[in-house]
This record gives sequence, structure tokens and C-alpha cells, in this order.
Amino acid sequence: MNLFFSLVVIAVLIVLPWVLVGAAGLDYLFGVIVPYVALAVFVVGLIMRVLQWARLPVPFRIPTTCGQQKSLPWIKPSKLESPYSTWGVIGRMLLEVLFFRSLFRNTRSELRDGARLTYFADKWLWAGGLAFHWTFLIVVARHFRFFLEPVPWCVSVMEGLDSFFQVGLPIIYLTDVIIIAALTYLFFRRVVNPRLRYISLAGDYFPLLLLLGIAVSGVWMRYFDKTDVVGIKELTMGLVTLSPVVPEGISALFFVHLFLVSALLIYFPFSKLVHAGGVFFSPTRNLANNNRVKRHINPWDYPVKVHTYEEYEDEFRDVMKAAEMPLEKE
Amino acid sequence: MAEDVKKPEELIQIDYGPPKRSWMDPTVKFERGSYNYAAVKENQEYLSLPYPRKWQPYEDDWQLPDGWEEIIFKGFKERLEKYRSLRIFMDICVRCGACADKCHFFIGSGDPKNMPVLRAELLRSVYRNDFTTAGKVLGKFAGGRKLTVGVLKEWFYYFYQCTECRRCSVFCPYGIDTAEITMMARELMNLIGISIEWIGTPVANCFRTGNHLGIQPHGFKDSIDFAVDELEELTGVRVEAPINKKGAEILFVAPSADYFASPHYYTLLGYLQLFHEIGLDYTWSSYASEGGNFGLFHSAEMMKRLNSKIYMEAKRLGVKWIIGGECGHMWRVVHQYMDTLNGPADFLEEPVSPFTGTRFENTRATKMVHISEFTADLIHHNKLKLDPSRNDHWRVTYHDSCNPVRAMGLLEEPRYVINSVCNNFHEMPENTIREQTFCCGSGAGLGTDENFEMRMRGGLPRANAVQYVHDTHDVNILLCMCAIDKATLPPLLEYWVPGVEVGGVHEMVGNALIMKGQHDRPTDLRGIPYKQDGREGDDNV
Amino acid sequence: MYDAGKVILGIVVFLALVTFPLWYNLAGDASVAAPDLEKAEGTQCVEDAEWMRGHHMDLLDDWRDEVVRDGERYFVGPDGQRMEKSLSNTCLSCHVNKDKFCDRCHNYMSVDPYCWDCHVIPKEVM
Repeated sequence: MNLFFSLVVIAVLIVLPWVLVGAAGLDYLFGVIVPYVALAVFVVGLIMRVLQWARLPVPFRIPTTCGQQKSLPWIKPSKLESPYSTWGVIGRMLLEVLFFRSLFRNTRSELRDGARLTYFADKWLWAGGLAFHWTFLIVVARHFRFFLEPVPWCVSVMEGLDSFFQVGLPIIYLTDVIIIAALTYLFFRRVVNPRLRYISLAGDYFPLLLLLGIAVSGVWMRYFDKTDVVGIKELTMGLVTLSPVVPEGISALFFVHLFLVSALLIYFPFSKLVHAGGVFFSPTRNLANNNRVKRHINPWDYPVKVHTYEEYEDEFRDVMKAAEMPLEKE
Repeated sequence: MAEDVKKPEELIQIDYGPPKRSWMDPTVKFERGSYNYAAVKENQEYLSLPYPRKWQPYEDDWQLPDGWEEIIFKGFKERLEKYRSLRIFMDICVRCGACADKCHFFIGSGDPKNMPVLRAELLRSVYRNDFTTAGKVLGKFAGGRKLTVGVLKEWFYYFYQCTECRRCSVFCPYGIDTAEITMMARELMNLIGISIEWIGTPVANCFRTGNHLGIQPHGFKDSIDFAVDELEELTGVRVEAPINKKGAEILFVAPSADYFASPHYYTLLGYLQLFHEIGLDYTWSSYASEGGNFGLFHSAEMMKRLNSKIYMEAKRLGVKWIIGGECGHMWRVVHQYMDTLNGPADFLEEPVSPFTGTRFENTRATKMVHISEFTADLIHHNKLKLDPSRNDHWRVTYHDSCNPVRAMGLLEEPRYVINSVCNNFHEMPENTIREQTFCCGSGAGLGTDENFEMRMRGGLPRANAVQYVHDTHDVNILLCMCAIDKATLPPLLEYWVPGVEVGGVHEMVGNALIMKGQHDRPTDLRGIPYKQDGREGDDNV
Repeated sequence: MYDAGKVILGIVVFLALVTFPLWYNLAGDASVAAPDLEKAEGTQCVEDAEWMRGHHMDLLDDWRDEVVRDGERYFVGPDGQRMEKSLSNTCLSCHVNKDKFCDRCHNYMSVDPYCWDCHVIPKEVM
């Protein structure tokens, strides 16, 4: 049902601009107003979310240590898995954010021969996740050719590398292939694996389908139903220079693509996609394992009812005396 | 052990396939062997906890206080504002499923709600319903659930089926820590008087007498004195074991099980031998006679209430610094919480070993040193006369306890000590040790008899790894540095891997330690004769 | 707010990235509008202009294959005239200035076609 719900929403999001631009001619709405609103929601929403997290205290220092602590000088500490300095924490976070270090540990357990638990390294999720995130980043960066004039050399170099094999015309970008493959894998993984299907919410299928929709519509425009790309750049340049125009002759498919991107931007701050910012706030990863070296302050610490030694001795003085134990008061 | 316990052959029939019904419909059956009894009314009252009452989880009516939903809602809101961890962990899970088969309870039970992701979703679904815009508008489509009695019962069942071991958090790409979520859920349930007996009773005892079992000061002294006498019989050496001695250099705090339970007791003997042999100026305390802290499994406030004794006592006795014994969750509290909760320990001195001159710089602020750090340093500086062949009747493996590994990073110190005092040390498979270590299945207050079946399920991955080294290397003892391990691994191994004992690291130190003036010591600390052919002497003292 | 320094730094970086195109284009002096293309000298193209905007590369690609692989060097143009399938000799005979026609758009879109890796640019259109 969660899957069905997501599919319906995606279908609506595709049909809506298709019909309204194609038939009703609302191209200014979909070409200018919706993207501006989406960007505003995305930027404000994400910043609000981040500020909300930042407002919250971290009462305890609770890093998950995945390696040797720094203790005796002759024992080699694990600088990245159990970082004890700021640089170590930065290193750990970089490994986590850029290479998904923790996901790389992934194993799959199986009960074999009836009674033997066996663990296999399972890197598929890591590979699929990493492939998606990196290609997504590159694809977004490549799109800067639509937003910058003149197009800076680094974008051109990236395009050149991405079309390294010079297959097809226009030359096929490797990232286009990889991102669709990765998203397809991540999607089917959820649908096919019973355990994952069981835990998946609409909010898990939907972003994958949305991203697939964006990728496929983009690919379709570039390789199959080609459109006036100069006109599109006029539109995008108008948007980013705050002097919006909607040139004639842009195909409805472009508006579908743009609308799906807008939907993603609007959806982002209110969904699990905020993990992009949230991971930086994760107290089990972003704190140094220097607990016994440096005192951590809990800002809302309050006095609690304790049982003092005096109360204790008052209660047990007789038996302590009988047992010849030292006393504060005889 | 209850009589109607399932046999291992039955228990190993695990179905990992998820059920047809959506997890969002709460379904909990309180079947014998897989839940814990409710906290006792008198103890709740003694601790001034809210809504004390007589109730049991298997009863239909939990006698919830009026407006309990509102109490939980407010408590949830308060915690969302006090703990960044909670808010982040509620917000950023993508349900990738990497954590699913990392939980020992899921591996052992196949119950999908024991996947860490779904365990957290039990709380998260209520969070979405009550605290997020999407959940308020879209309800179930956004994964939101209203808090009902059914959901509450699920919380009780599954958040007392988590041992806060943090293994899932090692694998989570965002470091989401189910221990943190479980702690929050348990705090919320505490607000309406829902807790379990095996946490409530030790906590109340500890608050009153200083230790979990409620042993009063003279009883504590008797236990220590008895150990001193027994050690004299075993070694011919009379050791000193001062209690509540003012002006000692060091306060020693161990989990109370070390002096009243077996096989912990042999570790206690090991400590006493070691401290005597090096001539440590130290003292025990009857007031702070518990290193363990079941408050950790109850609430941050309770943890603070119990933990306060250690520093207060160190101050009263005027010691310079503190050594802590072999315990798991105790070290999570000492390492990650103590200084924050009850510090600063500015009345103590930065720990320096009086024998080697080593400054324990890693404890500069907290001023509490783990016994294995202390002992490893002694051995490294050749301060101990050791004969590892005296442990040759033991073929050992080492169980990393969850908290010292994943909340401290204590990996090499115990291994160094073991390798110095034992000749036959074999590691278990790599996916089951170090940061990937599996819990005993009974931590965080779940080690009760009534919960026996679930403990055996939760301990399956650990037992299975022990089985492996038992089969391949003939391992006959599992060493560990945790009082809960020492209490709950013996029945676990008896159930899954008969023929493997459980012991402490300092028990092995005690065996190997050559003491000045000792007699010929024909047996080890368990009374098993040394230098026998083969491995006789499985019958313990 | 806790960790204010780091959080604000993060937000500033985020905002800088999002608004980068605005600053970049404002700072640059180049016109951001689509380039004006030089009017062709002929009266009629081989296909209509709108189609050509999206698909000229397909046409050239087809021509290349037909000429090189099948030896079909000629086609019948829109006004019934026999024409050579040749970028240099046919296209550029009307669009006489490569710089002001091909390159302007290609540069604007950051497209780097490999036509000219092999083809010689006729002197008169250079």
C-alpha cells in the first residue's frame, strides 16, 4: 500500500505539468513560480531544520567507539575509529560522509546447516548507496552549465570526463547510466527483499521514485526527445539572475523534469532526506572519545536526590559498629 | 531455569520471514520466557518514582494513570528538547535496513520488531504522529501512529528486549544508536510507573545499601573477609583488604557481583592477590560498594543518583584517585557519563601509577582508571612475576563486553593482559569480537529467569561463536570483563555450548601471579589442581 | 544554540553554494541572454529551424554514417535540388561564419562537439 500510494503521487506529479503546460499553457507557473517557491521552501526549510537541531543541547558525550581508545602510550590508538582529537573526528566524519564508512562494514548473517551462524561481507547496499550519492552530486554539478555564463572550465572538464567513452550522440554521460542503475537497484531492493518491504514506508519509496523520475525525464530529454536546449538555458539563466523569462518552444517534458525537481526540493526538508544535514549532528559520530580527559558539560544538569554517606551511616551505624568498621560519628 | 524451557533444537528453528500484517498494527503476546516482571511497588515508592502500583505485563489492565497519554506526550516533548541525539535519531533514519540483522535479538528470534530499525520505529511512529507536520497531516501515510495501549505494550515488550549494546550503531551510516532510543523509551514509560523488577530492585537496593543485592555494610565486610581467608588457604598468603579506610591512596570500586556471585568471585580473588603483591595502598568502600549502575537502564536521573556515591566517597575518604573493576555497563557510566553527571573531580589527583610512574593521561579529568589499564601497565613494566603456564589447563577465548568496547574503546588492554598470563588464547571469529562483539543477551536489566527464553535467543550469536572456538581450538573457558556477562553467560553456554566455563581476566592474573611467601599452591583459584594431564577438573569448587 | 560556530559556518557554505549562480553571473560581464546567431546567407535550410535546434546533431550523425559507411553522398534538398551531405560544403555554405553560428551556441551550452577534430574548417568561414 505504501508503494502504491507513492506510485500514485509520482504519477500525479508527472501528469500535472504535462497537462497544464501542454494543454493549458501554464508555462510561467511551472517554469518560474513553482521553481522559485520550491527553492525558497528548500533553503528556508533546511536551514530551519538545521537551526532546530543546533538549538538542542548534547547533554552527554556518547561517541560509538569502533576501535582502540587512546590510553597507555605503548598501545596504538585507532585515530579514526575511536578519535580522540578534533582532527580525528573530522577524519571520521569525512570517511562517513564521503565514503559511508559505517555502511562499508555491512554484513549479512545466515543460519546455516540448522545451527551455525555465518556472516558474509555484504557491500551491495554500500556500493549502490555510494554510487547514487556520488553520481547525484556530479549530475547536479554538471547542471551548472545551465546556471552559469560563461560556463567555468571545471564544469567543462567534469563533462569531458563524464563523457569519456564518447559513445552515442549526444555523448552518453557515465553518471546518467550509473545513477539510474543505482536508483533502480535501491528501489527494487526495497520491493523484492521481504524484510525491507516490511519496514518500508511511503516515505521510503517516494524519494526513490521521485529521483528516478527526475533522472529518467532528464535522460529522455537529452538522448531521445531532444528539445531546444538554448531556450532552456535562457529560462534557467533568467531564474538564477532573478529576471525570469519563459522562451517559446520548450517541450512539456522539460517542465515535467523541472516540476519533479521542484517537488524534490519542497519534499526535502520535511522528510528523511534531511539525513544529508543530520548526519553531521550525530553525537555517536561527531564527538571525540576523550571522555575521561575532558569534562563534558550538560547544560540542563540539575541536582538530584542522592543518598549521602551520612544518611547511610545513620541507617547502618549499629551493624557497622558491631563489625568494627570505621565510622564518622560514634 | 523454568521447567518448560524449550530445547535448543526447538529454539534454533528461527523464521526470519516477516509476517503478512503490517508492523503498524500493534500485536504483542506476553508469553512465558520472553518478558520481565513489573517493578515492585515498594521499591518504586522507596525511590519516589511516580505511580507505584502492583501490576504485571501479562495482565490486560495495566492500571495506567489517568491522562497517561498526555504524560508521555509531555515527557517526549521535553526529551526532544533536551537531547539532540533523540531528535536527530527520530529525524534522519532512512530505513536502509543495514542494522536489521546486526541485533542479537533479531538473529536469535527472527521477530521483525527486534530489527533495530523497527524497534526505533515503534517510538518514531508516535513521534511522527505527534511532532511532525507530515505526520499530523498525512497520519498513517507518513508512517504516523497514535499512542494507544497496544503501542505502549509494544514499547514495553521491545524496549525491554534491547540490551543497549550499541552494535547496530556501529553499522548505521548515521550512527543512530538504539541504546539511546531505548533509554528514552524507558524514561517515558517510567513516567507512568512502568518499569521492570530486575531494574527497580537493584536500583532501590543500590540507593539504600550501596550495592545491587542490598548487602549491608557488615555483610559486605564479611564477604571480603571471607575472600581473604579463602585466599590464604589457596595461596598461603594473608592479604590486606581495607574497607572504608581514610587516607588510602586509591579507592577501588568493583561490581558487587564480584563479592557475592560465582564465577565473579575468582576475579575478586585475583584483584586481592594483585593489590597485595604490588603493595597498593587502597581501600574498598561499603557505601560505594557497587560499580555497576542499573540507573543507566532506568533513566539519566537515576544513573546520576546512584553514580554520585563514587565521587562523594572518594572525597570523604580523601583518596587521590580511583580504580574500577571488571564491569561492562559500569564502564559506560564511568567513561561517558560520570564526570558530566557528578564531576568535576577536582578534589582528586591525576592518576599516576605508584609503581611504574605512568601517568594515566587518558583519565586526567575523570580520575578513574580501568583495572585492565592499570594491570597492563604493571605487566608492561615487568612489575609482576607471572607464570602463564599455571593457566595451561585453560584454553581461553575472550568476549568483548559491549560497553567497554563500543562506549570506551577498551580492546587491547585486556588482550595484552590475557596474552601475558595465558598460553592458549584463541579469538572468536572476527565478526563477533571487538567493535562487532555480540552481547551476552542479558544486559541492560534483562538477565532474569522469567526472561530466560529471550535471553537464550539473544545470546545465540555469542554462544555460536564460542561453539566455533570450542570445536576448532578446544576452548574451555570464555573470559570476560563484565559482571552481567559472568552472571548470564554460564547459563547461556550451558544451554548452547556445554563444556565451556566463564571466567574473569583477573582470575587468570591471579592464577599466574607468583606471590612472595606463597606455599606451593597446588590448585588454581577454583580449586582445580594445576599441572594435570588433560583437562580434568571441570567440577568447580 | 550549541556548536554555533560550526553550524553557522555550515549554513553559510550551504547558502553560498545555493546562491553561487546569482553572484557568479552578476559578477561576470558577459551577457546572460542566449546568443544572437548570424543570419544564414541562403533562404532555406535543409530542415525547419525549430527541428534543427534540437536535432542538428542527429542529422549530421546520420549524414556521416550514410556517407562514410554507405557511400551515399547526395540527398534531395527541400526545393528538389541535389545537395551534398557535407558539413563543410553544404551547411557552412549558408552559415558562413562558424564562430558566429556554431560556436556561439556550443559555447553558451558548454558543448564541445568533436566534428572539428577531423573536419577542416574552410578558410572562408574561419
